[in-house]
Amino acid sequence: MGSITFIEHDGQQHAVDIEEGKSLMQIAMDNGVPGVDADCGGACACGTCHVIVDSNWMSGTGSISADEKQMLDMTPEQAVTSRLSCQILTSEEMDGMVVRLPEFQM
Amino acid sequence: MKSTFSMNKIIAPISNKAAKVIPLDKQIKGMHIYQKTKRKVLPERFLRKIPEFIEEPIADVSTLAIEDIDVSNPFLFRQNKWQSYFKRLRDECPVHYQANSNFGPFWSITRYEDIMFVDKNHELFSAEPIISIGDSPDGLEIETFIAMDPPKHDDQRRAVQGVVAPQNLKELESVIRKHAEDILDSVPVGETFNWVDHVSIELTTRMLATLFDFPFEERHKLPYWSDVVTGVPETFGGTVGSDEMFNVAASAISQVSSIWREKEAKKAAGEEMGYDLISLLLTNEKTKDMIDRPMEFLGNFVLLLVGGNDTTRNSITGGVHALNEFPDEFKKLKQDPGLIPNMVSEIIRWQTPLAYMRRMAKEDVEINGKIIKKGDKVIMWYVSGNRDERHIDQPDQFIIDRKNARNHLSFGFGIHRCMGNRLAEMQLRIIWEEILKRFDNIEVVDEPEYVQSTFVKGYTKLMVKVTAKE
Repeated sequence: MGSITFIEHDGQQHAVDIEEGKSLMQIAMDNGVPGVDADCGGACACGTCHVIVDSNWMSGTGSISADEKQMLDMTPEQAVTSRLSCQILTSEEMDGMVVRLPEFQM
Repeated sequence: MKSTFSMNKIIAPISNKAAKVIPLDKQIKGMHIYQKTKRKVLPERFLRKIPEFIEEPIADVSTLAIEDIDVSNPFLFRQNKWQSYFKRLRDECPVHYQANSNFGPFWSITRYEDIMFVDKNHELFSAEPIISIGDSPDGLEIETFIAMDPPKHDDQRRAVQGVVAPQNLKELESVIRKHAEDILDSVPVGETFNWVDHVSIELTTRMLATLFDFPFEERHKLPYWSDVVTGVPETFGGTVGSDEMFNVAASAISQVSSIWREKEAKKAAGEEMGYDLISLLLTNEKTKDMIDRPMEFLGNFVLLLVGGNDTTRNSITGGVHALNEFPDEFKKLKQDPGLIPNMVSEIIRWQTPLAYMRRMAKEDVEINGKIIKKGDKVIMWYVSGNRDERHIDQPDQFIIDRKNARNHLSFGFGIHRCMGNRLAEMQLRIIWEEILKRFDNIEVVDEPEYVQSTFVKGYTKLMVKVTAKE
C-alpha cells in the first residue's frame, strides 16, 4: 500500500496510507494529521484543508475548479501549487507524494 | 417607497464627488438634515416605514399556522423562543416564506444542507445590496465587501485580510493574552458582577482598539458605535433612533478620517507603516484612496467594527452561560484544559452570535421543493442550521469534546466566510486558558438578559460570581 507524506509548517512529517477513492483531506482527518481543519467537511466551501503540493506532484492531482480557485484566492498563504485537499482524490499513483501544510488554515 | 430610494441614489454620487472638498462628517450631517426634511415634507406614502417594535409575549409556535410564523421578530432570541420556532420550520417547512414581515417578504432557509447550498452558490444568490434582513437606513447606504459580489468583493477583501494574516495573528497573541490577564485579574472575586461589561466587552473592545490603532483611552466609543449600527430598527430590528444613528455616523467618520489622515502623512514622510487596518488600506493600491469614497470607507470600518465586536463578545459570554447550563462539561474542561480549542468551536456553534446572513436570488431557484423567484430575499438562518438534527448529533447539547465541532455554520461558508475566524478563536482560546488558571468556578447567579435584535444573538447581562482557584 502506498503512502502520502504531510509536512506540517514546523517540519513535522506524517506519512499516511493511501485509501483509493478517498480524498486527501479525508485520509488526513482519518489519520489525525494536525494542521488540516476541514471546517466544511469537504464541500469546497471553507478553504481550511489547504495544502501546498510538492511541485513534482502537482500535475497528478487533477484540475482546479473555479470554486476551489476562489477559496484558495482568499488565503494569505496561497502558493503556486496550493490545493484544497478535499478536492484531490487519492490513488495508488500518488505513492510517495509530499504535501506541505500552511502555517494557518484560514 | 420607490421615489425615496431614487432620491438617495441622486444624493449618494454627489457625496462621493464632494468627498475631497467637504469633510465627511459635514456630508453626513447634511444627509441627516436632508432625511429629516424629507420626512417632514413628503406624504407618508412616499416614505419608507420605520418599524417600531413593542415587546409582547411571543406565542407558542404550535398555536400558529405555518404561514403566520415570523422568525424576524426581534424578541425571538430575547424571549428564548427561537429554538421551538426554528425546529418547527426545519421539520415542517424548511424553506419557508413569510409574506408580511416588518422587513417585507422573505424566505427562511433553516436546514444545514440548504444553508450550505445557498452560501456556496454566490452565482445564484447575490450578497447585494446588504446582508441584514432590512435594508440600510436611508441616507447611509454603506458599501462593504461582505455585501458585494465578485469581482469587486475579491479585491476589497484581499486588501484588508492582511489584518488577520498569520504574521499579525502571532503578534496579536501576546497582546490579547496581556489584556486577558489584566481584565481577569481585576474582576471582583466573590462579588456579583456583570460578565458582559467586565470581561466580554472589555476584551473585545481592547482588541478592536488594537486593530484600528484607535486611541486606547477612547476605546469605549467603539462598542457603542457598533451597538448603534446593529440597533437600527429598519435594518436589524433594534431601538436606535435616526438622530442618534446620524450623530454616531458623523462622529465615527470624523474620528476615523483623522486617524487616516495622520497615517497618510506618516506614509508620505516615509515612516514605517503598522499592521492595523487603516495602514493596510493605505498601503494597498486598490484601497489607498478609499477615503475619497465615503460610503465605502464607512462601510469597511463598520464591517470590521461589527464583525469584531458582537461576535466575539457574545461568544465569550455564551461560553460561560453554556458551561453553567451543562455543569458536567465544566468538570470535563477543568480535568482536561487541552479540550479548550475544541470547546471554542462548540461555543461558537452553540451560541451562533450572528443569527443569519441575507442573500438575493439572481434567478429562479428550487430548494427543497420550493421555487425561490429571481429578486426574492433569502435569509440563511445559521442559528437554525447549527441546531439541525439532520446534520448534528444532539444539536441542543453543549459537548466540549464533540466530534467535528468545527463543522458549524457560524462563520458562513463560501466566498463570504468570516475573515476574522482565526482571530476570534484565538481570543476565545486565550480567555479560557487564562480563566482556568485563575478560577475554580464562574457561577451564573441570575437569568441572562438578551439583546433585542433579529441579527445579534447576544447578551446584555450575565450576572456571575467567580471563585478563585485554591
